[in-house]
Amino acid sequence: METRSIMIVGVGGQGSLLASRLLGNVLLAQGYDVKVSEVHGMSQRGGSVVTYVKYGDEVFSPVIEKGEADVIISFEQLEAARWLPYLKKGGKLITSTQKLDPMPVITGNAEYPENIIEKIKAAGIQVTAADALSLAEEAGNSKASNVVLMGVVAASTDFDDKLWQDAIEQCVPPKFLELNKKAFELGKKAAV
Amino acid sequence: MKKLMLGNAAFARGLYEAGVTVVSSYPGTPSTEITEFAAEYDEIYAEWAPNEKVAMEVALGASIAGSRSFCGMKHVGLNVAADPLYTASYTGVNGGMVIAVADDPGMHSSQNEQDSRHHAIASKVLMLEPSDSAECKEFTKAAFELSEKFDTPVIVRMSTRVAHSQSAVELCDRAEPAQKEYVKDPQKYVMMPAFARGRHVFVEERTKKLREYAETSPLNKVIDNGGDIGIITSGVSYQYAREAMGNNASYLKLGVVNPLPEELIKNFCAKYKKVYVIEELDDIIESHCKKLGMNVSGKELFGYIGEISQAVVAEKLLGKKNDFTTFDGNVPVRPPVMCAGCPHRGLFYCLSKNKIRVSGDIGCYTLGASAPLSAMDTTICMGASISALHGFNKARGEEAEKSTVAVIGDSTFMHSGMTGLVNIAYNATNSTVIILDNSITGMTGHQQNPTTGKNLKGDPAAAVNLEELCKAIGIKRVRVVDPYDLAGTEAAIKEELAVSEPSVIISRRPCALLKYVKHKPALKVVTDNCKGCKMCLKLGCPAISVRDGKAVIDHTQCVGCGICSEVCKFGAISE
Ligand SMILES: Cc1ncc(C[n+]2csc(CCOP(=O)(O)OP(=O)(O)O)c2C)c(N)n1
Ligand code: SF4
Ligand code: SF4
Repeated sequence: METRSIMIVGVGGQGSLLASRLLGNVLLAQGYDVKVSEVHGMSQRGGSVVTYVKYGDEVFSPVIEKGEADVIISFEQLEAARWLPYLKKGGKLITSTQKLDPMPVITGNAEYPENIIEKIKAAGIQVTAADALSLAEEAGNSKASNVVLMGVVAASTDFDDKLWQDAIEQCVPPKFLELNKKAFELGKKAAV
Repeated sequence: MKKLMLGNAAFARGLYEAGVTVVSSYPGTPSTEITEFAAEYDEIYAEWAPNEKVAMEVALGASIAGSRSFCGMKHVGLNVAADPLYTASYTGVNGGMVIAVADDPGMHSSQNEQDSRHHAIASKVLMLEPSDSAECKEFTKAAFELSEKFDTPVIVRMSTRVAHSQSAVELCDRAEPAQKEYVKDPQKYVMMPAFARGRHVFVEERTKKLREYAETSPLNKVIDNGGDIGIITSGVSYQYAREAMGNNASYLKLGVVNPLPEELIKNFCAKYKKVYVIEELDDIIESHCKKLGMNVSGKELFGYIGEISQAVVAEKLLGKKNDFTTFDGNVPVRPPVMCAGCPHRGLFYCLSKNKIRVSGDIGCYTLGASAPLSAMDTTICMGASISALHGFNKARGEEAEKSTVAVIGDSTFMHSGMTGLVNIAYNATNSTVIILDNSITGMTGHQQNPTTGKNLKGDPAAAVNLEELCKAIGIKRVRVVDPYDLAGTEAAIKEELAVSEPSVIISRRPCALLKYVKHKPALKVVTDNCKGCKMCLKLGCPAISVRDGKAVIDHTQCVGCGICSEVCKFGAISE
């Protein structure tokens, strides 16, 4: 199988590392060769962050370049717009509707673009949008929006639910397991 | 069992399987997790040293004592540890000694983009370079064997994409090599001129043997797909080349990057019409090939700056470019910022408000250089804030002393700031130094350090008393402020700048991300009181923004630190 590429983008601190690890473990359990590339350090302090998940028979490069991603999963609208060029022609965008102002917008030096999702759709891109933040709050903690989005992703793939459950158990501390499983289910339902 | 592992976790697994017993490191992205993962193995003693020089000396001491040892650092850390490295090359080892050095092409989290292969060449030690997680583990284990066989410290060169990518790794059992006997051997370990001369002869002979080893090392691989194109590469660049070119090229993948083989390269070059060298940063392999008279191309296509990728290789070698869609509209940048409730924010607000010149340093607080705080004039390397302030003040005299401060984090102060403060006391400038004591090494992901009272494993440890230390150095004026108390902090800065004596202000409050820090409920804006003056935005807190002319606080981010309510003149922000 040719290598497939998924990008997870968001704002440092939103939990994209956990999301990419979940996905990586599910894919490994499916028998694929997998590479997950993360960013640590400076940009985790509220900067724009991106992780790459690639899988197939044999994966070489851990990174994804412009026009290569089959799917982009975005935790925030502006980040969806920023990383859009990385989507392959015919690729799919799954995004949270959450908006977080970056510092240039806060300080009044730039404006947060309007109607991001509509504009991306107008460009002919297939978009699934979910209010992951509200669903996470419904599950019990706003921080679980990463796992909500993974639920949305799960609904659009045909991997066995057990693999997802195992991966969640592997990657989430026992204390937060219940909450995250609930977040995952809410995400799955929202996708339908 | 196959496991998905970060390159750094696989490296740590390699340390475990190789039977390492002593690890001493200083954190630095992208090397930090090697030591954090190593500390999770009960069989390994692991510590955070105050800096890389200390870490390397600890590892060398343990090696001389007969144990397998390790130290890890980022590329610039090796500059700090260069002194012991260059002489450890002469002494060689007893138990195997391995050094991880992580380069950061693209400067994701660094102040420069230096290529650490230069240090391996200059210090004449063996350097290996893995290209994925499985190799991180295998090369680390091989490095210990080679260290003991050739009597040399071995550097394993990591880079951001290898260190921070996960791929599948097969786990093995731990070897338990017996500790080597320690025999006093001054001619090997006492590097005074008479003995060092003898060891330099040894080093040159060892280099010849290492070069011979490189000719046949199983870590150097030829992947011959026939055809006209040959590619010589190493590390993650190999992965980029392989993805872009697949079976349409043949590869010489170098796992040993110092010393480089000669015959192997010549034989490879002879087989293909066109040979490219694909390496990030400097032209080390390329110059070596050219010195051998080989007609190769490299930097003229790929340059010396930043990362390469499969797209770059495909574009340069195949003229191929991907199609993509861009967003219709302007996308504002999202630079990193201090967290909501960060203790550094209050201090930088006071510096910014009073337009004070700031000799800066490296840590989360370097983010104080960005808008809207914009309160930093220089950042060079760890520790330079204090020493450069002394130099600045010597050069410009009293005017500078009364309007310039140094800022430095607790970890950075212990790393290499203390000696600069000794210089201020000893050589007398009326400098004002602010230590930002957030009780942790924040930027690199929250490591303990000698001021925090805990060791790497989280157990209680001796804590340096910063006030007493500064006094013992000879600074008489030492005071502590709480950076959440803006008025008190601002007054202290003004007073200490005004006096004609050196002084230290310790701005003390734990990092807002620490688990034991209890946060207050989010504050709210009383919309009727808000005049829309935007004073609160000058703090650069990511939780505050303006909607329809009024301030709003994002309750999911705000941790109730309260400094915005201190700044608001209209009492519009409250609990
Ligand atoms: C020689 C060297 N080693 C390591 C690093 C990586 N590094 C950058 S900042 C930093 C320490 C930051 O800790 P601290 O001074 O306590 O400030 P904080 O981030 O907590 O605000 C480290 C280890 C570096 N830049 N240079
Ligand atoms: S991690 Fe801690 S020190 Fe660093 S910006 Fe966040 S609150 Fe401040
Ligand atoms: S209290 Fe104000 S400054 Fe502090 S975190 Fe909340 S919004 Fe930010």
